Amino acid sequence: MNSREKILGAISINKPSLIELPVIDIKSTSSLSVDWVDEFIKTLESIGGKVVQLSSIDLIKLEIQQAKLRGEYIVNTLPVLGEVNNEINPTMEASLLESIDRAYIEGSIGVAENGSVWLYEHQIKNRLLPFICQHLVICLNINKIVPNMHEAYQQVDVAKEGYGVFLAGPSKTADIEQSLVIGAHGARSLLVYLIN
Amino acid sequence: MKVGLFIPCYVDQFYPKVAVATLELLEKLGCEVVFPLNQTCCGQPMANSGFASLSEGCDKNFIANFGEVDYVVSPSGSCVLHVKEHLHDQNETKASYIRRNIYELTEFIVDVLKVENMVANFPHKVGMHISCHGQRGLNLSSMSELSAPSFSKPAYLLNMVKGLQLSLPKREDECCGFGGTFCVFEEAVSVKMGKDRITEHATNEVEYITGVDVSCLMHLEGILKRQGSGVKTIHIAEILNTH
Amino acid sequence: MNPKNFNRLFFVPIQGAGLSHSAAAEIFNKDEERTDWHDETLWFVREKRDKAVKQISEWEQLRTLGSDIKDHTLSNLDVYLAEFEKNAQANGIKIHWAIDAEEHNEIILGIIREQKVQQVVKSKSMLTEECHLNDYLAQRGIDVVDTDLGERIVQFRNEPPSHIVLPAIHLKKQDVSETFHEHLGTEKGNNDPQYLTEAARQHLREKFIKSQLAITGVNFAIASTGGFVVCTNEGNADMGAHAAKIHVASMGIEKIIPKVEHLGVFLRLLARSATGQPITTYSSHFHQPRVGQQMHIIIVDNGRTKQLGRPDFRSSLKCIRCAACFNTCPVYRRSGGHSYHTAVAGPIGSILNPNLDMKANADLPFASTLCGSCSNVCPVKIDIHVQLYKWRQVLVAEGFTTGGKKVAMKGMAFVLSHPSIYRISGKIGRWIMRVFPFIFNNKSFNPWYKQREMPEAPEQSFRDWYKKNKK
Repeated sequence: MNSREKILGAISINKPSLIELPVIDIKSTSSLSVDWVDEFIKTLESIGGKVVQLSSIDLIKLEIQQAKLRGEYIVNTLPVLGEVNNEINPTMEASLLESIDRAYIEGSIGVAENGSVWLYEHQIKNRLLPFICQHLVICLNINKIVPNMHEAYQQVDVAKEGYGVFLAGPSKTADIEQSLVIGAHGARSLLVYLIN
Repeated sequence: MKVGLFIPCYVDQFYPKVAVATLELLEKLGCEVVFPLNQTCCGQPMANSGFASLSEGCDKNFIANFGEVDYVVSPSGSCVLHVKEHLHDQNETKASYIRRNIYELTEFIVDVLKVENMVANFPHKVGMHISCHGQRGLNLSSMSELSAPSFSKPAYLLNMVKGLQLSLPKREDECCGFGGTFCVFEEAVSVKMGKDRITEHATNEVEYITGVDVSCLMHLEGILKRQGSGVKTIHIAEILNTH
Repeated sequence: MNPKNFNRLFFVPIQGAGLSHSAAAEIFNKDEERTDWHDETLWFVREKRDKAVKQISEWEQLRTLGSDIKDHTLSNLDVYLAEFEKNAQANGIKIHWAIDAEEHNEIILGIIREQKVQQVVKSKSMLTEECHLNDYLAQRGIDVVDTDLGERIVQFRNEPPSHIVLPAIHLKKQDVSETFHEHLGTEKGNNDPQYLTEAARQHLREKFIKSQLAITGVNFAIASTGGFVVCTNEGNADMGAHAAKIHVASMGIEKIIPKVEHLGVFLRLLARSATGQPITTYSSHFHQPRVGQQMHIIIVDNGRTKQLGRPDFRSSLKCIRCAACFNTCPVYRRSGGHSYHTAVAGPIGSILNPNLDMKANADLPFASTLCGSCSNVCPVKIDIHVQLYKWRQVLVAEGFTTGGKKVAMKGMAFVLSHPSIYRISGKIGRWIMRVFPFIFNNKSFNPWYKQREMPEAPEQSFRDWYKKNKK
């Protein structure tokens, strides 16, 4: 008998008799009169992220142009914002990605209760991109904000692609005497543009 | 109604005043109180040390003493909790009857006697120590970990006492560190926990520390005396029994 | 009698695990100021948890759901594991099964050797701590770099982590500064957390980029899709996994949850319970290896099936490793994780570890006053304090207690079942206390007396008073 058989066999002997699976029926009483966009902004800002509401993407396009002129390595993955960086593909080497200053990617939905944004693999082009860049910018449709994780999981299909992530704010740590430091191993900052 | 007075072994031996106060208080509140003379202990010290298997004789004796009353009442949250959760016997009928009808003193006064005012008089600054087993086990008061409405049966009664100024320490319901045999087998942590409770009460400049469990108070008193502190411990029964 | 021999009669020596919890805790408490600092730091984390929890009006409902989903899962675990394996394999993930720590470590060694891996990075995985993976690989000439900042710090110091979520919580800024000065060449005396974290970022980025193998843990494994979720604040699990050509994820059998929708419940419970955050910065969902990458999952038993077979203790397998129980435990806060001499310390460790080795861990269920706070903060409603009590009975029944205690308890049981003997013993005891106080007032023989005065011994017991005044 191999280990798999031994383990599954032991479980089948030792497990208790079947207990019913509960139905998830969360009635969030706090959800009745809350502005979800407002909640999203407040929460994301409280965890170190920055949020800017825009009705036009012109400002972003300008920002990208100016940064490129300054010589920064800017990665843009959204065609509407201008030229897209075609060198960013799933197999691009980490050592090359390391020099990216700022990356602009598109998010799918935002979650108000925790300030997170769901990113599909196809949106980030390379799995390392949102982590290895120094600064991350996410463009999110302001109408795509849901109250909580239950609704989030109904809106996105996390198994559709090989990878996806709920990303909430810049990377951080409090491992040194509980002092919060923003910018651990992932991006040092997160800016979310909520676009109308 | 006939109340069987259950006095924990160490209260019987070391703090008889608490038992006297409990008896007098219950009588004042209109109860017919009997003290079964052959009671000894609830068996908790053995059980919490892993020797619950040795408690048969102790349990039998408990049932023999308390099988015939309407209620069993005790000035001790942890002993009552222990009996409620662990009293068993070959005669399960009697055992389960006792488990259903045993009460800690303040919960008996609030829930059964439904007292709404008291003639007690204790014009002092008193710190409330919330004893864990009574609180989390018997639900004597709300718990800081849970999101639930705030309430406290002991505080409800203490707020009826004339002149009493009640305060809570900053960490309202942290354990005092007695824990039964823990107090000697993990002496360093036990005493540290007690000292920290005392420090928080000292911030409120209390004259007394009170609670529903003599075990907690005995432990805190031991530390206070060693520190040469003027703060005294007093069981809630003694406060409620003043006039 | 020599006090040392007296102590041996009553205090359980721990075989092979160094100091018992009580001995280690005593040493820990010698530095009272540091104990206060450790206690306050962790209490602060508990307070952050409280604040986060009070913002969710349906918190108790979530806890019940989390608990019930896990209870159901454990009762159907083999079916779910098989389903998980099938779905993961269909997605191109290689599945391995390990009966114990040794086999787990061998599997990883096998991958390293076969793929000629030179550099390995690892993000936080309590399971790999439990299996002593780093030591195993180090003995075979393979260095694993722990990439969680807290874990890297303790790795440099050659210490185990003291907390499963905050590995370096027992260290002060100065300690980290000294360690980084020694190992990374940072400025001597510069204690600024920002500066030190930046140094670690640069140092570890190089490791991420150069490593061929990334080992991660698994927070949740989804049976219905064959995928798994890894939660971090630092982003180190992702930096490692997405750069390396091989990703190995180690998981205990109990990490399975049935469906994606259940993640909604657990991700809402986890970070709030652990640190008071609404969610960790990154909740990464892995379903397939990236193009050109190998992805492996090692499903590990290591005593879990045995625990599953213990009706009183099987619910300890519901644990989602949030450490809320550590932060609320007044004993843990005043004794530190190292006193528990195991990979998973605190209250949950005290009900998991005796299952692995009763002899080595017989002291742990007694490192508690049974206050019950842990059970109240547990997001999946494990009745930790009840299990602590029950483990005590099991350990004593299995003989993991001292001769002295056995005799004392048998004596106590006898006295307490015989009312007249109880009364006489009480009377004599009190008499001795009044007439020969020095017998009890002895710091070497009476642990109570070390830092506390004895209670006064009255002449009359309550019963004496009652007979005189009432009968």
